[in-house]
Amino acid sequence: MVVKENIHIHSKHALLKLSPSDGSLLPPAEPGQFVEVKVEGEPKTYLRRPISINYIDRDKNELWLLVQQVGAGTSRMSEMQSGSIINIIYPLGKGFSLPAEKNGKVLLVGGGVGVAPLLYWGAELKRQGYSPEFLLGAKSDKDLLQKSEFEAIAKTYYTTEDGSEGEKGFVTNHTLWQKEKYDKLYCCGPRPMMLAVAKMATRLCLDCEVSLENEMACGLGACLCCVENTIKGNVCVCKEGPVFNIKELQWLI
Amino acid sequence: MVNLNVNIKGLKLKNPVMTASGTFGYGLEFEDFVNLSELGGIVVKGTTLLPREGNPYPRMAETPSGMLNAVGLQNKGVDYFIKEIYPKIKDLDTSVIVNVSGSTVADYVAVAEKLSVLDAIPAIELNISCPNVKEGGMAFGTSSRSVEEVVGAVRRAYDKTLIVKLSPNVTDITEIARAAESEGADSVSLINTLLGMAVDAEKRRPVLSTVTGGLSGACVKPVALRMVWQVAKSVKIPVIGLGGISSATDAVEFLLAGATAVEIGTANFIDPSVSVKIVKGIEEYLVRQGCHSVQEIIGGLIV
Repeated sequence: MVVKENIHIHSKHALLKLSPSDGSLLPPAEPGQFVEVKVEGEPKTYLRRPISINYIDRDKNELWLLVQQVGAGTSRMSEMQSGSIINIIYPLGKGFSLPAEKNGKVLLVGGGVGVAPLLYWGAELKRQGYSPEFLLGAKSDKDLLQKSEFEAIAKTYYTTEDGSEGEKGFVTNHTLWQKEKYDKLYCCGPRPMMLAVAKMATRLCLDCEVSLENEMACGLGACLCCVENTIKGNVCVCKEGPVFNIKELQWLI
Repeated sequence: MVNLNVNIKGLKLKNPVMTASGTFGYGLEFEDFVNLSELGGIVVKGTTLLPREGNPYPRMAETPSGMLNAVGLQNKGVDYFIKEIYPKIKDLDTSVIVNVSGSTVADYVAVAEKLSVLDAIPAIELNISCPNVKEGGMAFGTSSRSVEEVVGAVRRAYDKTLIVKLSPNVTDITEIARAAESEGADSVSLINTLLGMAVDAEKRRPVLSTVTGGLSGACVKPVALRMVWQVAKSVKIPVIGLGGISSATDAVEFLLAGATAVEIGTANFIDPSVSVKIVKGIEEYLVRQGCHSVQEIIGGLIV
C-alpha cells in the first residue's frame, strides 16, 4: 500500500489514507475488521501493529487508518510521508454484525481513538437503511476526533470530562440514555468505558457489541497471545473478534 | 536443480524448512499467505492429553527484536485434535509433526500412543521445554534423569520418528541432548524459548500475568546458533535448529553450524509468508555456492 495522504488531526493523532500501490481495487472489508502494520526502521518495534479500519472510501479506493501515537511504532507511523510504502496485512478478524431489527435505531458509542471503527460502521449502517447515532466521549473538546466526518453521517452527541463540548462527564452520564430508545448498542473505546457501556446495556436489556483491543502478536489466530475469556473459554481476539457480543464475554456485568 | 531433501531418521522432508510449534497454528491459518506444500514440514501447536485453557491475559510482551510469551500450552487436547483437526490436515502435501506436552510421564506416553496410529503424522516433537506451565514442561527438560525417564517411556510407546525439543534454560545443553539420544530419541530440536521477564515501570508491575515468560524472535538467534553448534558436535542423531530464524541467511547459518533442518517460529508473526521465502532463499544460496544438495552444507562450517 502507498500512503496517499497523512493528515495530522490532533497533536497525538494522524489519519493515514492508503491505496494499493499496484492500483488494484481494495478487497471487501467489514467495518470492525483491522489491519496489521509492519513498522519499518524502528528497532523497538518488532511485531506488527494492529490498527482498526477507520473508513473505506470506495470512490477514491482509499483505506483510512486513525493512528494514535502510543509508542515508538505508532509514532513512526504517524510520521509517514505521502508516497511512502506501508506493509500491511488486511482485512483481519470479524467485524460488527447488523441489528436484528430491520431499519432499527442504533447507538454507536466511542471514546478516544476507539471512535475509529465506528465511522466506517456508522456509514455502512446508514447505507443499509438503519438509523445510527453516535455518542462520542473524550477528555475535552480538542480531543474529539473526526467530528465533521461523524456529523456528516448521523446525529452525534458528545460528552467531555471537562464539559468543553457536549455534556460534562462520561458517555454513560449523557442524558440521552433517559430520552432515547435504541435497538442495539455498539461500543469501542478504553476498557473501563466499554465495561460501563456493557453494564448500561444490560440494565436497559439492549443487545450490545464491543470491539476489544487486547495486545496481539500475529493477528492470525496462531500465537494465542491476545485471548479474551469468553463463554467458550479463552479465544483469540484477532480471529474470533475483535468484535464480541457482550453475552459472549465473562465480564461479570 | 538443487536437491533440498533431508532425512531425520525416517522422517523424509522435501526441504529442511519447517514451521515451529505454536507459531503457525495448524498451518490452515496461513493458507492465504503460504502454499503449504512448499514447506518441508509443519510442527503443529503443543498438544496435551486433556484440554488446557492456558494462562490468563496478558500473555505477551514485546521486547527489543523479540517478544516474551506466556501462553501456557492452551489447546483443546489430543482427542479434539484427532477428531476435529486431523481430518483437515491429513491430506496436506507436507510432513505434519505434532508437538506433544504433558504434566506427567504417563501423559506424554498416552498422547504419543494416540498419535502413533495416525498414518499422516510421521513424527512427534516431545516438548520437555515449555517454560510457561507449573507442572511438567520445562521441569522435564532441565535434568538428565528426568529427560531419560520421559524420553525412554515415550520411545517404548512410539515407533515412528521421535524428536525431543530442548530447553536452553540449562547449564549444559549437550548433556541434556545426550540424555535424549541415549534413550532412543531420533532427533533433537533446539532451542525452545529463553526464560525472561518484562516490567512496567510506571505501574510497578510485571507485564505478563505469569511474571516470567519465554523469549523468542531475532534477539535469541546468537544463543540458539551457539547451542546448535555445541549439540551437533556432541550427538550422532540429526539436530533441528530453531531460534530467531527470520531469513534464508539465518537458516543457512544453522545448517552450517550442524542442523539438518530448521524451524521458523516468531518470524511467521511478522511476515506470514517468510517460511516459503526461506525455502527459496536456501535454494538460491546453494546455487550461488555451486552446491547440488543441501547435504553439502550441513555441518559445513569452516572453523
